Amino acid sequence: MSEMNQEVSVNEVKEDRVAGKEILRMVNVSKHFAQVVANKDVNLTVVEGEVHALLGENGAGKSTLMNVLYGLYAPSAGEVYYKGEKVEIHSPGQAINLGIGMVHQHFMLIPALSAIENVVLGYEGNGTVLDLKAAAKTFSDMSKQYGMAIDPWMRVEQLSVGQQQRLEILKALYRDAELLILDEPTAVLTPQEVENLFDIIRQLTKEGKTIIFISHKLNEIMTICDRCTVLRNGRVAAEGLPVKDIKNANQLAELMVGQTVNLKTDKSVAKPGEVVLQVKNVSALNDRKLQALNDVSFEIRAGEILGVAGVDGNGQSELVKVLTGLIPASEGQVRISGVDCINKSPKQILEHGVSHIPEDRQKMGMIAAMNLRENICLMEYDRMPYSGKGGLLRWSWIDEHSRELCSKYQVRTPGVQELAGNLSGGNQQKLVVGRELDREPKLLIAVHPSRGLDIGATKYIQSRIVEERDRGAAVLLVSTELDEVMDLSDRIIVLYEGEIMGTIEQKDADRNALGLLMAGIKNNEAQAG
Amino acid sequence: MKHSLSTKVTNFVRNLYYPIVAIVASLLLGSLVIIATSTTSPIDAYRSLFVGAFGGLRQFDETLLKAIPFIFTALSFAMAKRCGIINLGAEGQFAIGALMGTIVGVSFPNLPLYLHLPLTLIAGFLGGALFGLIPAVLKVQFGASELITTIMLNYIAKELISYFVNGPIMDSASSSYPQSAPIPETARLGRLIPGMRVHWGLVLALLAVLFYYVYLWKTKGGYELRVVGLNPHAGSYAGMNIKRSIIRSMIFAGGFAGLGGCIEIIAVQGRLMMTSFAVSYGFTGIAVALLGSNNPVGIVVAGLLFGGLQNGALKMQAMTTASSSVVLVVQALVILFVAGRLMFRLRTGRYLKQRTLAIPPVAMDERGEQR
Amino acid sequence: MQGITSFLQATLRLATPTLLASLGIVFSERAGIVNIGTEGMMLIGALAGVMGSYYTGSVILGTLIAMLVTVLFVSIFGFFTVIIKADQTVIGTGMNILAAGLTITANRAVFGASTSPPSIDVFDSWRIPLLADIPVIGPALFNQPIPVYLAFLFVPIAGFIMFRTNTGLKLRAVGENPRACDTVGISVTKVRFLAVLYSGVLAGFAGAFVSMGQMSFFTEGIISGGGFMAVAAVVFGNYTPRGVMFSSLVFGAAYALMPRIQAASMGIPGQFILMLPYLITIIALCLVIRRSNRPTSSAVPYIKE
Repeated sequence: MSEMNQEVSVNEVKEDRVAGKEILRMVNVSKHFAQVVANKDVNLTVVEGEVHALLGENGAGKSTLMNVLYGLYAPSAGEVYYKGEKVEIHSPGQAINLGIGMVHQHFMLIPALSAIENVVLGYEGNGTVLDLKAAAKTFSDMSKQYGMAIDPWMRVEQLSVGQQQRLEILKALYRDAELLILDEPTAVLTPQEVENLFDIIRQLTKEGKTIIFISHKLNEIMTICDRCTVLRNGRVAAEGLPVKDIKNANQLAELMVGQTVNLKTDKSVAKPGEVVLQVKNVSALNDRKLQALNDVSFEIRAGEILGVAGVDGNGQSELVKVLTGLIPASEGQVRISGVDCINKSPKQILEHGVSHIPEDRQKMGMIAAMNLRENICLMEYDRMPYSGKGGLLRWSWIDEHSRELCSKYQVRTPGVQELAGNLSGGNQQKLVVGRELDREPKLLIAVHPSRGLDIGATKYIQSRIVEERDRGAAVLLVSTELDEVMDLSDRIIVLYEGEIMGTIEQKDADRNALGLLMAGIKNNEAQAG
Repeated sequence: MKHSLSTKVTNFVRNLYYPIVAIVASLLLGSLVIIATSTTSPIDAYRSLFVGAFGGLRQFDETLLKAIPFIFTALSFAMAKRCGIINLGAEGQFAIGALMGTIVGVSFPNLPLYLHLPLTLIAGFLGGALFGLIPAVLKVQFGASELITTIMLNYIAKELISYFVNGPIMDSASSSYPQSAPIPETARLGRLIPGMRVHWGLVLALLAVLFYYVYLWKTKGGYELRVVGLNPHAGSYAGMNIKRSIIRSMIFAGGFAGLGGCIEIIAVQGRLMMTSFAVSYGFTGIAVALLGSNNPVGIVVAGLLFGGLQNGALKMQAMTTASSSVVLVVQALVILFVAGRLMFRLRTGRYLKQRTLAIPPVAMDERGEQR
Repeated sequence: MQGITSFLQATLRLATPTLLASLGIVFSERAGIVNIGTEGMMLIGALAGVMGSYYTGSVILGTLIAMLVTVLFVSIFGFFTVIIKADQTVIGTGMNILAAGLTITANRAVFGASTSPPSIDVFDSWRIPLLADIPVIGPALFNQPIPVYLAFLFVPIAGFIMFRTNTGLKLRAVGENPRACDTVGISVTKVRFLAVLYSGVLAGFAGAFVSMGQMSFFTEGIISGGGFMAVAAVVFGNYTPRGVMFSSLVFGAAYALMPRIQAASMGIPGQFILMLPYLITIIALCLVIRRSNRPTSSAVPYIKE
C-alpha cells in the first residue's frame, strides 16, 4: 500500500468511525462522595474504533467517571451499556473480562517485579505454577506487532517512564482489551514521546481498538482525537463533539472553563538585580545512589524567574533537595546571597531567606492531621514572634496571624482550628503558598506550584509568584507543565538526566526547541537564541 | 457563643462514643470467657469486680494506688506515639527505673530525705530514660525496628532484675531470698492522706501528665515531636532534626516509665523483688494510652479505669470462681476495639470522603487523637 | 566430636519453632502485614496442642487441633487489620495480651492450679536409618522429632510457592502496591486475609512443637519472646524462606549455646547467658541491610477509594 493510499484510507476510516457502531454508552451516571458531587448525570457515547477525548479541568470528574466505568467506584446512579448490553461493573476484574483496559495516570505497576511479572499479574489464564517463559514469548510477539519493544525480564524500576506507559498499554492488550482508557497519558512525556504515543494510538485504532483519551491539554485533543466530550464541575458541557468541527483551542477552553479565559499570565519585563542564588558544578546522587545531578551550574538574580523545564524524574527533585539541604551534594558549590550553603542543614539554609513550595504538598508541605494554625507556624515556630522565651509557643499571636494570612491568601476555611486535611486541594496549596510567601523570601523555590489545581487557583498562584519576583525575590520555578514554565519564566533551563541541556530566554522559547532539549537532544539553533 | 458551646458538647460526646462502646463490647465478650471457664454468672463476677474497685472509699483508695503506675506507663507509650514511635518497651523501662531507684535507695542510707528522695526519683527517671534511649539510637543509627528491639529489651530487663536481686543488691539480712534490702525511710514516698494508702506518687503522676500536655502543645520542642510523628517529611522540610526528635521522645517516654517503676517500689512495694513486676505494667499502659486517645485527660481517666479493673479483679477472684485473668482478656479486647473503632462508625458521613482521600494512612490513624 | 554433634542437634531442634512460625509469617509479611501478634499465636498453639494431646491422647491430633485453634484465633487479627484496617502493631499487641489472658484462664480452668503438669503424648525423635549412622552430622541431622524434618523440608517448597506460582506472585504484588493489584482484578483483602490465616497454621504448629517437642507441658511464659524472634527472623532473613531458615538457625544456635556456656563456667552470671538470644536478635536487626526485599506497603492498610 503506498503512502498516498494509506492516507486516504485513514481518512475514510475516520469518517466511518463517527458514524460507526456504538461500543459504550454511559447514561445519566452520577457519583457522590459523601456530600461532594463528582459526577452528575453524565452521558457518554463512544463509537468503535474512534479516539474519544474526555476533556475537563483538574477536578472536573474525568477520572472519577472512568473509575466508575472500570469498576473501581460504584456509581451512585445511572446505567452503563457495553456493546449494546446493559452491564453493572463492580470490579476491575469484571471490566477486564468485558474487554475494557485502563492506563492510569499514576502507573499501576510494581517496580520491584519484572515487566513480564507485571503483565501476568492477576491474569486469569495463568496456571497454578507460572510459566513466565511462555508468557514472555506471547508478550514479545505482541509488543513487536504494535511496535513497542520492551525486554520482558527487566525490572520495572529500570524502565523509563515512556517504556512503563507502553508496558501498561501492553498489559491491557495482553488481556484482550478492546476499549482502552488512557488517563492523562501525556503528562509525563516529552513532546517527542507524545508523538510516539500518538503513533501507537493510530496503530491501535487501525487494529480496531477504541480509545478514550483523558486530557486537559487542548492541542493534543485537536491532534489525535475524533470526537470530544467535555466535563465541567462533574457535568457534561458538550457531548460527542466531532473534533473536525471545532474551530480552535479557545473554543474548547471556553467549554471546559465555562467563561472566556485569558490563558496567559500578565507579566512585565524583568528588572534583574544582584545575584541571589549561585549554583556551580553541582552533582548529587538520588536515594538509590545513582547519579541524579551532573555538573549543574546556573545563577538567579533578584527580580527574575528562572524556570526549570524537563520531564519528571530528570533531576529536578534532587536539585531542589540539594538547594534546600534535604540531600547532600557530592560535588559543587551553592551560594545564597553570597553565603556558602552547600550541604548545610535545612534549618541553616532556611535562615538565609529561602522559601520552598514543595512538589508534593500532601506529603511534604503540610501536616494533614494538624489544624491550620499549626500548619502556618511550621517554618518559623522556633523564633519570634511565633514563640517566645522558654521555648513556649505564642498561640494567641499565631491564631491572629493565621486568620490574617488566610484572608490575605484567599484560603477558604471555617476557621484556623480546621484540620488542613479537610481543605480542598486548591485551598491547601494556597495555605502552603501563603505561608511561604508571607516570609518575604529572598529566594523562592516553587515546585509544581499549580499541580492538580483548577484554572482559577492556578492563575491566582501564578500571579502571586510573579508578584514575588516584582517585589525583588529570585524565583526558581520547577514545573513539568511546559506552558507554565514558558509563561512565567524570564529564563528557562532544561534538565535532562541530571544535566542542563541548555538555557533559553523567554522570548526565544518555543515548544519544539524545549521539547528537543527535554528529550536530551542538544540543538545548536535552540541554544543560539 | 451558644453555638460554640453546643459544638463543644457534641464534640465531647463524640469523643466519648468510641471508648465507651469499646469498653461495653469488651465486657460483653469477656463475659463469654467467664461463662466458659467458671461457674459464676458474668453479672455476679462483674458486680464483685465493680464493688471491689469503686464500692467505697477504701476500694477507691486502692484503685487510685493501682492507677498510678498505669498512668506513667501510658504516658510512656503516648509520648513515643506522638512522635511516631511504637514503644512496646515500657515494661522494661519501668523495671529498670525501679532497679535504679532501688539501687540509689538502698546504697545511701545516711542521706537526708530532702536529698535522698529526689536523687532516688531522678535515678528512676534516668534509668528508664537510658533504657528508652537504646532502642531509639538503634533505630536512628541502624534502622532497627523499635517494635522488636523494645520487646527484646523487656526480656533483658527481666534478667537484669534477676541478676541484681540475686547478687549485687540482694538483701544480706534475709538469707537467700532473692530480693533487695528494704528502701530506707529517707527514700520513701509517704502517704498523701493519713489513713489512706494513696501516696504522693499520685501528685507526681498528675504533674507528669501536666508536663506531657504543656510540653507537647505549648512548647517548640513538643510541637516538633508532634510534627515528626504526624508527617516526618514535613518535619525535615521545615528543618527539624528527625533523629533528634525521635531520641528526645524516647528519653521522655522511657523516663516516664522509669519514674513510675521507681515510685511503685519506693511508695508501695518497699523493696525490689523478682515478683515486683507480676502485673504487666507496660502493656496495661498501652491499653490505657489507647483508650485515652493519647490525651492527657483521657490517660488519667483510662488509668483510673484500669486501676479499678486491676483492683476489682482480685476481689472478683476472691469472691467468685471467675479467674482474675479475665481482666487481661478484657484489657486486650479494649485495645482491639479502640484500635479497630471504625467498625463502630456511625454513618454520619462527616468529611469522610475528603479524609479517606486526602489523608495518608499515618495521619488517618491520628484522626481520633486530635484535641 | 560428641560436643559438636549434640550442639548441632540442639541447634536444629531449637531453631524449629522460629523456623516454622517465620515460614508462616514470611508470607503474610510479603503481603504487607506485620504481625507482632505471632507471640500470641504461638502461645495459643502451645496450649491448644497440650490440651488436644491430653484429650485425644495423640500428639498428631493435638498438633492439628493447635493449628485449627490458632487459625481461628488469628482470624481475629485478620478481621481487625485487613477488614477494619486498624493499626497492625496495636492489634498485634492486643492479640498478644488476649492470648496471654485466654491461655492463663483456660489453663487454670482445665488443669487447675496443680503443680504437677498432666502427662501427655509428645513428639519423639524419629531416627532415619542409614542416614543417622553418618559420623558426627548423622545423629545431629537425622535423629530428630518429625516437625524438625518437616520445617526444613518446607523451606524449598515455600520458596517455590513464593517465587514460582501464581499465588506467590499475587502475594508479593499485594505487599508492594495493593492499588495496582486492585486494578488488575486481584482482591487485596482476600489475598491478605488468606495469608494471615495461613501464617496461623504454621504459628500454631510452632507453638505446639514448643509445648510438645521441646517440653511436655504448658506454662504461662512458655514462648517467652519466640514469636517476636520469628518476626525478627523474617526481617533478618530478608523476607525469603531461605533467609528465614538462616536466621532461625542463628537464633537456634544462640539457644543451643546457653547451657554450654553455663557448663563451661566462665564466671558469667546465668542471667547474662539467658539474655543471649535477645541480644542476638537485637544485633541481627541492626545488621539488616537497607536495600532489602521489605514490601513497600508493609504495615500500610489498603483503603479502597
